[in-house]
Amino acid sequence: MANTQSMCSSFLGQLMSATHNFSSANVSRSSNTADTFKAALYVTTSGTTTTTSLCASVTAYSATVNGVAEVSGTNYSAGGVVVTNGTNPQSNNSSVTAGQGYWTPSASIVYTNVTLSTAFDTMLLYNSTQSNAAVAVFTFGAQTVTAGTFTLTMPSNTSTTALIRLQTT
Amino acid sequence: MAIITTTKGDIDDSLLTHQTGSLDNEDEYTTWDEYYLEGELVHRSVHVTLKKTPFTDFTTALMG
Repeated sequence: MANTQSMCSSFLGQLMSATHNFSSANVSRSSNTADTFKAALYVTTSGTTTTTSLCASVTAYSATVNGVAEVSGTNYSAGGVVVTNGTNPQSNNSSVTAGQGYWTPSASIVYTNVTLSTAFDTMLLYNSTQSNAAVAVFTFGAQTVTAGTFTLTMPSNTSTTALIRLQTT
Repeated sequence: MAIITTTKGDIDDSLLTHQTGSLDNEDEYTTWDEYYLEGELVHRSVHVTLKKTPFTDFTTALMG
């Protein structure tokens, strides 16, 4: 069997745990322990005249990102909630060329007893330890919450369903 | 019998009108519970399960 050009699947998982540094200098991390990730909610821009939105260009959490405001309301703290992280990033080989690195929070993301009267449809996952660096933007149908709980159930932590996946094919 | 947290304080659910709803499409499965007191919405909880999540495919990067 010939050798096969491929990106190592283990590398994909290690990208998510800061094992590699391709920069020409040391990368300044404010902490070398496990980072804290948070989830913030943002109001919907669908059906408005807003010309910007939360998307791949987001670099960090802020109360307003790309012109879109974070939600506000009873019992909602600016910045959102801490994401439970009890599982290390994993990697998986699916063929000689393909593999995945993946990670999923180990519990649902829950906003308890909140009132969020302005419709929201976006969750920004970000790293609050490392200067609030953005990780990913997740969208869903617009919702409001009244003296209730908003729950985002996490998918199974597998190579095909995990919340965060890096993949080669 | 259950106690529901509402905008009017904790209320026995027997005094409230309960409505549920759901949304099931290729992107998400979402359910919600609403409680009304004399026609006024006093509690709404939402439960979202995402079916699609963003992921990065490195095929292009690999081939340079």
